[in-house]
Formats: sequence, structure tokens, C-alpha cells
Amino acid sequence: MMEKQAVSWVVERHEEIEALINRYPERRSAVLPLLHLAQEARGYLATEDVEAVAELVGMTPSEVTGIVSFYSLLHRQPRGRYTLTLCQNLPCVLAGAEALAQHLRQRLGIAPGETTPDGLLTLEETHECLAACDGAPVVQVNLEYATHMTPEKVDRLLEALRAASQEAAAPDGEEDDAGGL
Amino acid sequence: MAFEPVLTRGIGELDLTDLKVYRAQGGYQALEKALRELAPGDVVQMVTDSGLRGRGGAGFPAGKKWSFLPDDGRPRYLVCNADESEPGTFKDRLLIEHHPHQLIEGIVLAAYAVQAVQAFIYLRGEFLEGYRVLQRALAQARDAGYVGRNILGSGFDLEIVVHRGAGAYICGEETGLLSSLQGGRGEPRLKPPFPAVAGLYGMPTVVNNVETLSCVPHIVARGPEWFRSIGPETSPGPKIFSVSGHVVRPGNYELPMGVPLAELIFEHAGGLRPGRRVKAVLPGGGSSPALTADHLDVPLDFDSVAQAGSMLGSGAVMVLDDTTCIVKAAYVLARFFAAESCGQCTPCREGTSWVARILGRIEAGQGRPEDLEVLKSLPGQMAGRTICPFSDASVGFLSSTLIHFEDEYLAHIERGACQVREVRSA
Ligand SMILES: Cc1cc2nc3c(=O)[nH]c(=O)nc-3n(C[C@H](O)[C@H](O)[C@H](O)COP(=O)(O)O)c2cc1C
Ligand code: SF4
Ligand code: FES
Repeated sequence: MMEKQAVSWVVERHEEIEALINRYPERRSAVLPLLHLAQEARGYLATEDVEAVAELVGMTPSEVTGIVSFYSLLHRQPRGRYTLTLCQNLPCVLAGAEALAQHLRQRLGIAPGETTPDGLLTLEETHECLAACDGAPVVQVNLEYATHMTPEKVDRLLEALRAASQEAAAPDGEEDDAGGL
Repeated sequence: MAFEPVLTRGIGELDLTDLKVYRAQGGYQALEKALRELAPGDVVQMVTDSGLRGRGGAGFPAGKKWSFLPDDGRPRYLVCNADESEPGTFKDRLLIEHHPHQLIEGIVLAAYAVQAVQAFIYLRGEFLEGYRVLQRALAQARDAGYVGRNILGSGFDLEIVVHRGAGAYICGEETGLLSSLQGGRGEPRLKPPFPAVAGLYGMPTVVNNVETLSCVPHIVARGPEWFRSIGPETSPGPKIFSVSGHVVRPGNYELPMGVPLAELIFEHAGGLRPGRRVKAVLPGGGSSPALTADHLDVPLDFDSVAQAGSMLGSGAVMVLDDTTCIVKAAYVLARFFAAESCGQCTPCREGTSWVARILGRIEAGQGRPEDLEVLKSLPGQMAGRTICPFSDASVGFLSSTLIHFEDEYLAHIERGACQVREVRSA
């Protein structure tokens, strides 16, 4: 057996991790913040991330896996650089969200949950209301809101994302900053 | 008496996320007053006397909730429910992104009142901008001595931790929220015991909604009498209504509790588009039974809406005009509930997906003759036999529309056709 290598975010963000854990009366409570942090570092949660989080909070990896599967914002598979999420709850549907979803599937040639072959974009359609119904139909791009969407506006958004990712051959444009704990 | 907005005053004109601006508007004066002049019990009494009822959905009196905590020396926690995810609701996000100090002040006041050792804001995972705003505001409040150790020299300590959720509607239910905050799957648990007795880490815990807590500084600053002077006797105070759907100006409208539904829709939200009529209204989010055009004079407060057969819930008013296919609307909501059931209880897990499947095929024109009877019998089998109210709530709209709009379901099943054609209005 080879010696297990420490996961890079655990080393690089050691102090932040300690502070995070110390915010709570019990270590277990830090599981979501640490999963957010790990996912921010890699873009998704690899097995070694799950194991590292489990060790940090004193759970088994399978417990952490069970937690990850409960939450729709946590992912076990690699994702596109941008995640585009379309709200499909009632106020958005009343404003044309289904036609918008149809348009995007065709334009991107992928189904919800899939990523474009160039790795630019993961498409999601959510039944959860995104709490911005006065701007229906609503889209989130890496959790940033775009409201009153139309097929034309969505096309322009796609163009902008493509341009941004080409420009920033340097790592992480602003929208990639999930900021998050 | 013209009504002056309370919770949303200044939003859109001032940058209230800046501590200096908030203070210039009188911000943190209620906290200074409470820590200098009032005992914790006095603050509880003021909130009790104000008649403030919870704005998260259930309308439970806040002061009463705070008085339930057993006095047994165990540490107490305060949790702010900022998971806002009831379909149609977008008021808490407004308060978080644009008025974070009002919320922080409310949290510190509530924590002082119940003598909590720590406070948590359970923030919906999708609210990334809200997370940034809250972190910035908290840092400012800490630097200014409003949060942290020995607040304003009073000897009262309070840390506030912002805890991001990760995408799960059920974490808005308070026991699901606490499970999630303790580091588990966000699965609700049976009540009793209530969080007041055995909440976070098994300790006495108060869970209050963002809007509820945002009312507290105003009650302390201006007094319970002032609060009671707004709105009806049994549901006093200002209320933010999130209006969505087929109105000309969807948005958040802060008005006195008890404003008539018609006034909200026609005077504030700009009415409907030309030639359209109200078909149905969900007055309290996706979990609320439908009201119809016959209910337009219903005052929007907890008791009046309940009397009319629905619930005020979070105050999310979804308006459906006469171009709406009711079957489609029911299907869209059913899909949501089927996707979000946490799955612990069989009647809920199986019931929600069964309802969605049946509505899906009826909507697609492939309904079977027996489907209507099955739909009518399912709510009874799903209600009252589960850990949390989700199962019951998931069929609120369906049950009410099976009564008010049965002919639409029948038309879909018998003729495979929709009377209205499209839910989407141009
Ligand atoms: C299925 C379900 C979802 C809920 N979602 C929310 C929510 O998103 N936000 C909220 O404040 N309360 C929500 N609640 C109500 C909470 O359980 C709880 O009653 C509330 O946070 C208490 O605060 P309040 O008394 O200040 O209203 C939900 C309840 C249920 C049953
Ligand atoms: S009623 Fe539904 S959501 Fe609530 S605990 Fe049971 S399965 Fe979960
Ligand atoms: S329904 Fe889409 S944001 Fe509320």
C-alpha cells in the first residue's frame, strides 16, 4: 500500500479549515462548509475529498457520501466551468421557463444534468423556486442571478460565457469564485 | 393614515448594507437601548405584547416561542431560518441582500432576550450574493462592537455564524434545518420534542424566520403599542408580500397585515394584463390551497386566509389568470414536491411521486377514467401520517383545485384536451 497523499486544499487552506471547524460546538457541523470548500477547490467532490472531509469532521466516508447525495448543490462528478440552472417552478413556468429550457437543450445539444463536450457548461433544470420570481423566468450561472430571461438573452449570455472563458486562459474568472463556506 | 414601510424603508434609495448608512437611519439604537436599559425578560415581554407572529409560514407568536425555553441552565441557541425556498417567496432574500444590519440587530436582540450562547443563520445555499453581503455586514458589526464579546460593554457575548445550506427545500422545515446544521442529511424529525426543548445539539433552541427577526429592532425601538397599531388585532404588524405570476408588476410589497387581496393585486402589483381575469391565487406559496376570484376581498392575515380555506404561509401570493391551465399548474407544483420529499415517510415519498405521475399523464392528454378518483383519494392517505407537514402541504393546491376546477381535470381526462391550451401567457 502506498502512503496516502494529503489532498491539496487540506494543506493549502489549513488555517481556514481549523477556523471553520472551531465555529461550531461540534465538529460534525462543519461538514457542509468543508464540502463547499472542497468543491470550490476542485469543481466537484472526488473520493479523496469525501475521505478528507470525513476525517476532518470525524465521520466515516460513507456517512459523508450519504450527506453529499442529499444536497443538490454538491456534485460527485466533474462539472463544466459554468453551471447554468434554469428554474422550473410555477411562477417561472407561467413566464415561459419551459420554452426557455427547450431552447437551451437544443442550442447546447445536451440534456439537463449533462455537460457540453468542451467542458464549458453544465445544464441544470431545477424544480426548486430560486426565490427571484419577480424576475421570472430566472436562471442562475454559478449561483449568480440572471432574470427576465428570453431565448435571445440566454444566447447572449452563452456568448459572454464563451468569450470570458477564452479570455481567461488564466485561472478562475470572477464567476468561478464560489466564495463559499 | 398612510402606511409607512418599516422593514423595507430605504431599500432602493440607500445602501443600507453599509453600517454607517444603517446607523444614520437609527440603526443599532434599539440594541443600545436594550443592552443599557432592558432586562432580557423585558425584551421577551415587548415582543409578546407586540403580537408579532412568525413570518416563516406557521404564524406562531414569537414572544410565546421565546417563553417556552426551559430554564434549566443548559446552553441555548438561536437559529435564523434564512433557507427561503417556499415557491413564490423572495422577501427574505431582499432583506438579506439589502438590509443585513436590520437582521443582525434583530438576531442580537433576540439572542439577548432568550440569553442564547450562540446564533446561526442557516442561509439557503443558492444565496451566494446574500452570503457575501452577510459576511461583510457581520465583519462591520463585529468591528463596531455590536457582535462578539462583551457587546457594547454590556457583558453579553454573541457570535453569529452564517451556515450555507447546499440545495434542499426540506431544510426550510425547522427540524430538517437543525439536522442539517448538526452535520447530517436534512431530514425532519418528529415533534415533540419541539426545538424549544430539544433543538440544536439537543439544547433549547429558538428558530425564527428572517422577516420575523427583522421586525424585532422596530418593536424594541418604537414599542409594542406602535406595532399593534398596524394591521388586525390578531395578526398585527407590517408584512412583506411577494407577488408573482400574472400581474403587471410582480415584486415585494410591504403593507399592513390584513390588506385585502384585491388591493394587493390591483393597486400595488399593477393588476392583470388587459382583458385578463383572476382565475386562482395561491396566497401562501406553493404549499397553499388555491383561492378563487370569489375570494378577492379576503384580508391577507393569518386568521382570515385560514378562514377562507387556505393559509397565509410565507405571504407569497401567486396569481394565475384565466389563461392558466389548472392541471398544468398542479403538475408543475407536484413535480417539485416529488423531487423534494426527503423520503423518510412512505406516504409522502410514494404519494408525491404518484401524484406527479398521474398529473403528468392527465396533462399530456393520457389520463385514465379512474385517475380522478385516485387523485381525490390520495391526499387523505398522505395527510397526517408523516413526520413533518410537507406531505400534507404538497397536496394543498391539488385538493383545492379538484373542488374548484374539477371540470378542467375532467376535460383533460375525457377529451384528452386542455380547455385553456397553454399555461404560458404571451
Ligand atoms: C416543508 C416546510 C418548509 C418550510 N420552509 C421554510 C423556509 O424556507 N423558511 C422559513 O423561515 N420557514 C420555513 N418553514 C417553517 C419553519 O419550519 C418554522 O416554522 C419557521 O422557521 C419558524 O420561524 P417563525 O416562527 O419566525 O416563522 C417551513 C416549514 C415546512 C413544513
Ligand atoms: S413528510 Fe415527507 S418531507 Fe416530511 S419527513 Fe416525511 S418524507 Fe420527509
Ligand atoms: S419560480 Fe422561478 S424563481 Fe421562483
